[in-house]
Amino acid sequence: MNLSLLILVPLLTAIAVLFCSNSTQVKWVSFIGSLGQLGLATYTMFAYMGARTGGNTSQMLFESRYAWYPALGIEYYVGIDGISIAMLMLTAIVVVAGVLVSWNIKRLSKEFFFLLLLLSVGAYGFFISLDLFTMFFFLEVAVIPKFLLIGIWGSGKKEYSAMKLALMLMSGSALVLIGLLCLYFNTTAINGKHTFDLLQIAHQHIPIEAQRFIFPLMFVGFGVFTALFPFHTWVPDGHSSAPTAASMFLAGISMKLGGYGCLRVATYLMPEAAHEYSWIIILLSTIAIIYGAFATLMQTDLKYINAYSSVSHCGFILFGIGMLTQTAITGAVMQMVSHGLMTALFFGAIGMIYERTHTRMVAQLGGLLKAIPFIITVFVIAGLCSLGLPGFSGFVAEMTVFMGAWQRSGMFNHVATVLACASIVVTAVYILRAVGSSVMGPIKNQEFVTIPDARWNEKLASGLLIAGIVVIGIAPFLLNGLILPDTHVIMDNISRGVVGLK
Amino acid sequence: MLSAGLIALIPLLPIFCFVLIALVGKHAFPKFCGMLGTLSILGSFVLSVVVAFQYFFQVGKVNGVYQQLIPIKFEWLQFSPNVSIDMGILLDPISVMMILVVTFISLMVHIYSLGYMKGEERYATYYGFLGLFTFSMLGLVLSSNIFQIYIFWELVGVSSYLLIGFYFDRPSAVAAAKKAFIVTRFADLGFLIGILILAFYSGTLDFQTLITRLTTPTDQLNAITSASFMGMSALMWGLVLVFIGGAGKSAMFPLHIWLPDAMEGPTPVSALIHAATMVVAGVFLVARLFPIYSLSCPSALDVVAYVGIFSSFFAAIIACTQTDIKRVLAYSTMSQIGYMMFALGVSGYGGEHGLGYMASMFHLFTHAMFKALLFLGAGAVIHYVHSNEMKDMGGLRKLMPVTHITFLVACLAIAGIPPFAGFFSKEEILQAAFQSNKLIYVVAVVTAAITAFYMFRLYFSIFWNKSLTPALSKGEGDGHVHHSEGTVSMLMPLVILGALSLIAGFVPFGKLVTSDGKELLTEFHIGFSVAPVLLAAAGIWLAYSFYKKENARPQNMVDSMKRLYKNAYNKFYVDEIYLFITKKVIFNLIGRPAAWFDRNVVDGTMNMIATITEKTSYSIKALQSGKLQQYSIYFFSGVIGFVLLFIYLWK
Repeated sequence: MNLSLLILVPLLTAIAVLFCSNSTQVKWVSFIGSLGQLGLATYTMFAYMGARTGGNTSQMLFESRYAWYPALGIEYYVGIDGISIAMLMLTAIVVVAGVLVSWNIKRLSKEFFFLLLLLSVGAYGFFISLDLFTMFFFLEVAVIPKFLLIGIWGSGKKEYSAMKLALMLMSGSALVLIGLLCLYFNTTAINGKHTFDLLQIAHQHIPIEAQRFIFPLMFVGFGVFTALFPFHTWVPDGHSSAPTAASMFLAGISMKLGGYGCLRVATYLMPEAAHEYSWIIILLSTIAIIYGAFATLMQTDLKYINAYSSVSHCGFILFGIGMLTQTAITGAVMQMVSHGLMTALFFGAIGMIYERTHTRMVAQLGGLLKAIPFIITVFVIAGLCSLGLPGFSGFVAEMTVFMGAWQRSGMFNHVATVLACASIVVTAVYILRAVGSSVMGPIKNQEFVTIPDARWNEKLASGLLIAGIVVIGIAPFLLNGLILPDTHVIMDNISRGVVGLK
Repeated sequence: MLSAGLIALIPLLPIFCFVLIALVGKHAFPKFCGMLGTLSILGSFVLSVVVAFQYFFQVGKVNGVYQQLIPIKFEWLQFSPNVSIDMGILLDPISVMMILVVTFISLMVHIYSLGYMKGEERYATYYGFLGLFTFSMLGLVLSSNIFQIYIFWELVGVSSYLLIGFYFDRPSAVAAAKKAFIVTRFADLGFLIGILILAFYSGTLDFQTLITRLTTPTDQLNAITSASFMGMSALMWGLVLVFIGGAGKSAMFPLHIWLPDAMEGPTPVSALIHAATMVVAGVFLVARLFPIYSLSCPSALDVVAYVGIFSSFFAAIIACTQTDIKRVLAYSTMSQIGYMMFALGVSGYGGEHGLGYMASMFHLFTHAMFKALLFLGAGAVIHYVHSNEMKDMGGLRKLMPVTHITFLVACLAIAGIPPFAGFFSKEEILQAAFQSNKLIYVVAVVTAAITAFYMFRLYFSIFWNKSLTPALSKGEGDGHVHHSEGTVSMLMPLVILGALSLIAGFVPFGKLVTSDGKELLTEFHIGFSVAPVLLAAAGIWLAYSFYKKENARPQNMVDSMKRLYKNAYNKFYVDEIYLFITKKVIFNLIGRPAAWFDRNVVDGTMNMIATITEKTSYSIKALQSGKLQQYSIYFFSGVIGFVLLFIYLWK
């Protein structure tokens, strides 16, 4: 299994798109390319599980490395474990769904799909990199296309939002870069050379003084991507201005880059600092969870509702990581996957509604269930998943975070957990308000009576995302079993560094 | 014993049916979906009967004690090596009794709906949702793990939401559905935190292990009782929080406000979910954890008892003043569930002391029969008159003979008149209360009398009182023919349930369902029953004199205690208090400031940083003017500056 294929396939698809002569070709090339990538990711998953059941216990599988810039020890070094597989599958599904819902893009379709695919290249590369510098490289690849996607194809105050998003994410990655370099110079030099190799650094001991300085840089830097309070304000503006597929990518994939980085780089490599600062992480993420939920209550635009609810839901990711118990970290990873699928579905459904009604304001919608039953069913399913209904992925992820969080003793942590739990009530309120007034009740606008229901591409996209949500929701042991050994490895590193935490 | 696979089919048949209807049936064969649903429930019911028979009479008992059997269990989600959510089936007397009740009432409602919902636009969807509900409810009662019960708990919540909001184009139905979900969600938060506490100290989520660890002196029990927070032990917190979850589902004061509004759903749904099955889930939950409540934390059980008796009395008062017949029934449900709750609350564990537990389960059983009957009868009346209001009814006894007789049977049963079913279960509850808490006993007897009064107020207002209802005469004027009181599918369940309301009281519950699985011999004291039955008869007599014929007495009565009447009619303004808290306090004092703060302070700071950066860059930009003369001035001033600096340093 050559992991570089996971980068090459979308890259080649993106290049192929450039040579297409009309938008139909562009669509089909992108669709087939992303479908192929989904197949490849699925194959990787099965190959991975096969190797694991075959008794392969090395931490990362299918590793390969090439010297990229030997003088500084920068390598193209890739390899995967269960957590990366989960993220790869998430990315692959969201990309296919995103391509499908963009079927009707008329303006500059070639450029649009090229950028979407380029974004996915960044995400795939990021999730399989084991060299910090390569990782950073792919992180940047994933940022730039978003600026253009929002700025060109967006709606509303798109220039402002695109700029805001790009600047905030760039500042985040700047912090990551500083942290990265500091970390590099604090690694033990072998033959006079420092290293960017993630696994090697994990086995070294970074001096605690250095950790205290580097960890906040890294965690905040990555945290900006995952809507860490108070650096989340790009989320509502960015999402509301972005075209549907870009919203799906942004919330579904891009926000997960941050969570993955916080876990894989910041927490894994600097466990002592993570432990020292964990109360701050817990504090900020609890604020994000509760405050995001309450802020959602007051929103009147469907996209703002989902954007703010993403702030709240992504809070669970950082909350789980901050709790530093294996169960909570597992829950955080599950929440990444779950939220990625669910929010992509939500944005997809909102996009479908908007395309037909030309409004996203809750007050102007109403009674849509009669007019477009399929799309509304999808919308309601996304909502129910968001409010944590059992049978969908959101429930298992949140419950795992809660159970894990409660394992960490201490009154402060318990109170934080209770507050985080309380958000499930607020979530129910805003979801049911949105559902109640936008899709139920009498039809508000007679023009809605004749709007067409979902087309095949939209049905396929929703079906794919719902399948992901339901599979995780009904058989969580599949995902749990995939990532549990790897969160165990991470936890081992943490408890090696921090005595008395298990 | 049946194979595990067949037992698993009991909950699975309805969910298969739901999936089939949702994916295929809705479009392919919408007309047939009702039949499909009914058949699947029939299958579940037959299997439940077989399981119940085998459990109670063949394999359940070992040495005279009913055992807990776990035919299926698999790990669903592992949290840590010892703590996991397992999906399993736990058979013990209460769960076996519950699957019988649930599948039976569900079957009756399915059959009834064949006629009642005929011609509905979303007929197939309706049956799909019924299947989803039945699955969730069966999963709930069969749970072997406290987290499993929470999962199904949420699922019954959402099926209830979907069914209350079935007529989704009515704003009132949408609001009611939302209210029901959110109020119970709030209660579920308590349940969830309760689970977290219990699991944290006991180190398990499995019911059997949990109960063993928290009832016998172990490290876990020691830890959970010695840890205290705000003057209450962790165990007390855990159990009270779990009870809050149960109180939400079971509409106990002050979390009851969703139940009357839930009557916006189709009437058969009210019969199934909001009368017979889902609303007793809270009672079931307390019964499931009863050994822990009773043996390790009696003070938590006192909370259960007082909340139960207060809700019972409170609801009975309100029920006397309501004019919507479904709302009267809703408050009566709340009142009767209060009965079951305080019966658990006054009960002890094991032997003679377990009378309250047995009586509570008994009442749950009989109540399911007669309350479902009352709702289905009310449904037939509503179907006939096209109104929920008492004032539109009257004199229906001749027009609807079957409904009339069965409704009367149900009213006699709920009023506790011998030999109807409610009499037996109520007597035992009263006896249990009498033995342990006189105050609760007195309130309970008074409540029983009030119950008899308002039930017969309902009965006389519907079937006697005025001779012809205005709505009816109007209907005839329009040329509608109102000869039939309903299809066979609607009458059959009424007759079956009527027969059961007559005989269900003779089931020897003391032999079958007790707190510790051992046989409990109940003695029957004629002398004890005299007072409650006389009081109930007095209630009926009062209703008779007020409502048999139209007269001024009710109005005089109302006038004589105007204040109380007005408060009760407005449900003691509990809704308004909630509305104030949510709309005024939470929205205006938390939500709005949070949203404002985010846009203006947090985001404002970000924008300010951007603006400052921009301003700074503008001012710096002026330095790069491209004018050579300017640069040379900078250069030379720099040189002079450095020279001065160096001179100063080397001085």
